[in-house]
Amino acid sequence: MEILMAFLIGILFMSATYLMLSKSLLRIIVGTGLLSHGAHLLILTMGGLKRGAAPLLGQHAEAYADPLPQALILTAIVISFGVTAFFLVLAYRAYQELGTDNMDRMRGKEGNE
Amino acid sequence: MSLLHFAIISPLILAIFIPMLHKYFHKIHTGWFLLPLPALLFFYFMSYFPETAHGESVTETLPWIPSLGIDFAARIDGLGLLFALLITGIGALVVLYSIFYLSKEKEKLNQFYVYLLLFMGAMLGVVLSDNLIVLYSFWELTSFSSFLLIGYWNHRERSRYGAQKSMLITVFGGLSMLGGILLLYLMTGTFSISEIIGMAGEITGHQFFIPALICFLLGAFTKSAQFPFHIWLPDAMEAPTPVSAYLHSATMVKAGIYLVARLTPVFAVSGLWVWLVAGIGILTLFWGSFSAVKHNDLKGILAYSTISQLGMIMSMLGVGGIALHYGNVEDGFYTVAITAAVFHLINHATFKGSLFMVVGIVDHETGTRDIRKLGGLMTLMPITFTLAAIGTFSMAGLPPFNGFLSKEMFFTGMLRAKEIGLFNFETLGILFPIVAWIASVFTFLYSMILVFKTFTGKYQPEKLEKKPHEAPVGMLIPPVILVSLVVIIGLFPNIIETLIESVMGAILPSLLAEGHEFHVHISHWHGFDSPELWMTAGVIIAGILLYRNLPRWSGIYNRMPERFSLNRFYDTGLEKTQLGAMRFTGLYMNGFIRTYLVYIFTFMIFILGTTMVYKNAFKLDTSNVANIHYFEVVLAAIIAISSITILFSKSRLTSIILLGAVGYTVSLFFVIFRAPDLALTQLVIETVSVALFLLCFYHLPKLGKNEERMGFKLGNLLVSIGVGAIVTLIALSAHSNKEFNSISEYYVENTYKKAGGENMVNVILVDFRGFDTLFEITVLGIAALGIFAMIKLRMTRGKEQG
Repeated sequence: MEILMAFLIGILFMSATYLMLSKSLLRIIVGTGLLSHGAHLLILTMGGLKRGAAPLLGQHAEAYADPLPQALILTAIVISFGVTAFFLVLAYRAYQELGTDNMDRMRGKEGNE
Repeated sequence: MSLLHFAIISPLILAIFIPMLHKYFHKIHTGWFLLPLPALLFFYFMSYFPETAHGESVTETLPWIPSLGIDFAARIDGLGLLFALLITGIGALVVLYSIFYLSKEKEKLNQFYVYLLLFMGAMLGVVLSDNLIVLYSFWELTSFSSFLLIGYWNHRERSRYGAQKSMLITVFGGLSMLGGILLLYLMTGTFSISEIIGMAGEITGHQFFIPALICFLLGAFTKSAQFPFHIWLPDAMEAPTPVSAYLHSATMVKAGIYLVARLTPVFAVSGLWVWLVAGIGILTLFWGSFSAVKHNDLKGILAYSTISQLGMIMSMLGVGGIALHYGNVEDGFYTVAITAAVFHLINHATFKGSLFMVVGIVDHETGTRDIRKLGGLMTLMPITFTLAAIGTFSMAGLPPFNGFLSKEMFFTGMLRAKEIGLFNFETLGILFPIVAWIASVFTFLYSMILVFKTFTGKYQPEKLEKKPHEAPVGMLIPPVILVSLVVIIGLFPNIIETLIESVMGAILPSLLAEGHEFHVHISHWHGFDSPELWMTAGVIIAGILLYRNLPRWSGIYNRMPERFSLNRFYDTGLEKTQLGAMRFTGLYMNGFIRTYLVYIFTFMIFILGTTMVYKNAFKLDTSNVANIHYFEVVLAAIIAISSITILFSKSRLTSIILLGAVGYTVSLFFVIFRAPDLALTQLVIETVSVALFLLCFYHLPKLGKNEERMGFKLGNLLVSIGVGAIVTLIALSAHSNKEFNSISEYYVENTYKKAGGENMVNVILVDFRGFDTLFEITVLGIAALGIFAMIKLRMTRGKEQG
């Protein structure tokens, strides 16, 4: 399972990078979304998969899944949502102000950045 | 911390209070608060004289960075004391002078005096530190304070230009000196100057000896404005005149002289040192005096004159360094050049300091420093004229002033250079007295121009901005004191013989047996058969002839092409460097965010890839993997297909829906991997995100047609495949390498015991790592505020337009 996940994460990272390198703002934002999915799965996979019951003491199990990566991911999910929301509004405002969502035309110039 | 340390940094401490004093006592000229400090310090340092006079030295150590061998070791010996006296003595006079020179209504006095105190403390630090690193720190501080003082009138373009020029050149020298310090450390293992001098003989053959020597000389030559680095000093004359008198003639520019004198025992055994110091010195002497003649600005003449006099002292130190090769000091045959150097150092400070002040008075009272506009001021400003005349005659080397005595001694030293049987001096040494004589003729010439073109000749009131009259008494006191010294030392040189002896003992310690001292005797009359007398007579005759016929031959100055001048070289060099740097930066910083992302990703691939190869970290271990169900394969396939389809989708809606599909599938994975909290959160967040995307997509433009070129896409593809591959490799290796046990066991055991909760993930978030969560909420809050602000911004703009 971990091997399969490793390749899946690789595919997610690859698509995310490709999207982030494109010129359209919307595609860049979609790229960051994919990137965070990939990162979450990566953290979870590194902690080992399916090694016991859900980390709830009420289960009275022999072994529990590692709770630490889960706590980290929970934080990351929320933060990435905040970033995505901010990014979206930024893109929306930039489009309204500048009339384009093409990164090449938003290019900063010497002395006018 | 001893009293000596306190004395060194006391100017820096006073500098802290200057802005306050300026603000609350604005009716009193800020300079009055300063004046007592240098005067007090002068007498404090005088109290060390009885000790240093007999070759003793006082060392006080304050540990600073003991692990690196860096201590704030303050050491007073003859040489350090002489400089400390110059700094505080001239400093007190300059402060007094500046009180009358700078108007308290118009000038930013608080800044001026803070810079001046900064300099004073730094300069004391330079000459009294025994540790090279401490010396270097203070050395750079003097460059900075000089930069600030030259640029004091920062609304003037020339001031800013001069400040930048001096900064670039002196800091370049300072950095190369730092290199020399480190090389010396590699050779000797210590930063202490006195210890290095103790080891002087042992390092001569070391491979770093010559590089260290050159590095130190670069530092000394840039600071002391030696050819070809002298070009910063004339431009430094944009500073207020008290600063020129203090920093750029009496003290800071002599830091290079100090360094050379201080390191003479270490390096002068090398022929290269002797030739460089003496050769560059004599070249600077000639070039400075030759260039001074063509200037019309009084301060320009003085600037070149200072350059030339510094070169003269430098050349004497170089020739005198040869004395280290001859053990015999009794007759002073070779050491006379060192005696002359020290003697002239003192004399130069007195007459050049007074001349700068006189020029300042002329500038202050007439509004110009151009000798073409000046003339006939003798009757209007009789005291100033007298001061100027004595100062210039001393500079020209006329009896009975102190400049005459040191000039004669200089000739003696130079004449002896040709009798030295070392380092090819027996053949080339004859050049020294010849160049020295020619330079002295020009020195005489510019001295005469300085005084007679200003004070005699036709009075031209129509060309002056103000009606000239004699300066206020306070402005005259400092130059009067200095000029009195010129006369007193000229008539009774024996009063400073002990001082000179103690300085020589510090410069050439190895020549003295235990308990012995140098014996210096300065005499006015050497007899009719002495060549020095006839050289002086020749200088006067040739000088007068040249002065009389000045208009006939001064055309040669115009023949020197401007294109090849050092200043032009500096200007174009600076311009080209800036242009080149800008072009080079433009090559890779092109303003496209995509380019920067490519750099970041490429670097990430590179650094992670090389680390993996280098550490041999890749490992694949399939023994300890979880089993796979067929529906998990289906889920993985959904994610893979959706994410790749996004790449090709041309419609916004498709991309958003596919992103949502990936998100929901990920939450299903969380369910499978026993993470119920994650699954719930992911579901909620994904729903909100998709809603947000759909809201915004309505306002965003359609995805453009794929107008990108094939090469562009291919490049992106390569980078993305690289990133994907490296992440996969890391994930595989991280799974297969188990270096240590997980710390999670702690949470499993303590969740209930310590925090009283059953859901471990929740307990970790709100209890064990509660601060993390707090800051996470802060981040969300900031994002929300940002979003709010962005939307708000639009509304106000809309209102304005509407």
